[in-house]
Amino acid sequence: MMYDRNVCEVHALRVREHILAMSTDGGCFTGASLSCADLLVYLYTSYLNVRPDNLSDPDRDILLLSKGHDVPALYGTFAELGILEPGRLANHLDCNDHIYWHPNRAVPGVEFHSGSLGHLLSVGMGMALSIRLEQRQSKVVVILGDGELNEGSIWEACQVAHSLHLDNLLAIVDRNWFQANMPTEELSPLEPLDEKFRAFGWNVLRVDGHDFDALHSVLPDLPLRNGAPTVLIADTMRGKGVPSIEARADRWFCNFSQDEVRQLTEELHGTSSATLVSPTLTVR
Amino acid sequence: MNRYEILLRDRCAIDPRIMVLTAENRGHMRSVPPLLGDRFVDVGIAEQTMIGMAAGLAARGRVVVVHALAAFLTLRAFEFIRDDVAIPNLPVIMVGMVPGVLSDGNGPTHQAIDDVGLMRAMPNIGVFCPADEEEFVEGMAELFDNPRPCYVRYIGSQSAYRREQRTTLQRGIVLSDERECCPDVALLTYGAMVPHVLEAVQQLEQTGVSVRVVHLPMIDPLDESIIVEALHDAAVTVVVEDHLIRSGLYSVVCEIAVRNRIHASVHPIGLPSWFAAGRLPQVLRVNGLNGESIAQRVTAILNDEATMQRTTNGESHAS
Repeated sequence: MMYDRNVCEVHALRVREHILAMSTDGGCFTGASLSCADLLVYLYTSYLNVRPDNLSDPDRDILLLSKGHDVPALYGTFAELGILEPGRLANHLDCNDHIYWHPNRAVPGVEFHSGSLGHLLSVGMGMALSIRLEQRQSKVVVILGDGELNEGSIWEACQVAHSLHLDNLLAIVDRNWFQANMPTEELSPLEPLDEKFRAFGWNVLRVDGHDFDALHSVLPDLPLRNGAPTVLIADTMRGKGVPSIEARADRWFCNFSQDEVRQLTEELHGTSSATLVSPTLTVR
Repeated sequence: MNRYEILLRDRCAIDPRIMVLTAENRGHMRSVPPLLGDRFVDVGIAEQTMIGMAAGLAARGRVVVVHALAAFLTLRAFEFIRDDVAIPNLPVIMVGMVPGVLSDGNGPTHQAIDDVGLMRAMPNIGVFCPADEEEFVEGMAELFDNPRPCYVRYIGSQSAYRREQRTTLQRGIVLSDERECCPDVALLTYGAMVPHVLEAVQQLEQTGVSVRVVHLPMIDPLDESIIVEALHDAAVTVVVEDHLIRSGLYSVVCEIAVRNRIHASVHPIGLPSWFAAGRLPQVLRVNGLNGESIAQRVTAILNDEATMQRTTNGESHAS
């Protein structure tokens, strides 16, 4: 696929606008969505064989959002790339549509629903195994949260993925250094994360998850045919792109007023900074 | 090879969609791995991953049999079954080994005596509890013909009852003399309890008690009409199951009676809690689940009912 950093940057800005637009009238997981916006934009524009016209092609690549609460970033990306009709984003939290805080398979482009953490690595492994048996060259990419790595089922799945030699599988950790309410390293330290995955027999890559050039240079063509699954630890920032809510423990889930969303969107474009009066996160 | 292994071999040969996964529980299918090649996957002791993978395989159009110890399959992987199999309604057939009283000397951790209730609680998941190997294999074949998510209590024992026709899932089976239109007692049961209930019937009939036995291999979806008929026809209904009384077939029958406004006398013979581990015959006897114990308990229930009836009649005469 063609990679163009400028294209990625334009899309990423628009996706962040979509995320902010969904952060009102009920709100969404704004901070967690902004951290992986660049990753999703890069993957869908430059890495995955997924297009509006091949969503049911068995040879398409698969992306699963295991940290499902960052779905505004996914839907924003889908809207930008023509996978999802952009007008549907306005249906956020309308129960007549399927657009809510976690992915639903009824939305075009969503390969599997999620919500409860720690599930889709094993679901992705089943898909990767099936694809291998089908003798196809598609790859399976699973986006994990760093907080999600608290779940034992992730490490159980890591062990099995290695034993099954699933080298068409790529896990990407959105390493934004926060889990719901606090920094990961204060609650349940994850580092040295590279060594943990390496000890499970995985190929380990680590890169700045907001640097499109770095992502493009490091991500390999899959299947690797070296018999091992691959993990990319993408170092990111919660709330990335909107300084008022960047790297803050209390801006995971946000429900702003419409005026605040307008101010934050201006801040995203660098034209002014926002004054937020909405209460910060109440622990969910 | 047992009939389960033969079924898997033959079905895999004609249906390329089928895959078999286990969490290192190969006891009933030792000959299967070499026959199935890369369509058999042993994930190791990892029930959650096994179910997640089964869902991923099914999402690619495969029909997946997972085979694991019933207790760990239904409990350890419960949320994976709910989220990844039940919600998307994917064709994963989950076979639980050593359910109910069949957990031998393992003790309470291995006792799947809440499995029927747990699996029934979920929309989209069928619950199939065959009485013997023949019924198990026939039901599995039907599930392969019409793949859908289903929990299956595995049983490998032979000929629990004399069969006149093939098992058809979703139909209850009357195992006793159907000429009796208004029996003294209806015994509703399923799975491994069937031969013990039939043994109890022999003893009861010797004492002049008329009995209708209904075996319900499919607990969900359930043949409700055969239960409603039994509740209407019999003076007393007794549910016999190797399952916790709370949440098992007894609970289901009570629901049906209330929903249909049937005023019926319904009694449980089941497990009040986890049972003391031991050899199966003793486990059955101690917990009131062998033929003799079931007959004694039913006789006691009928005597109690008769006493109550006399008391009620006496009271009505007095007034």
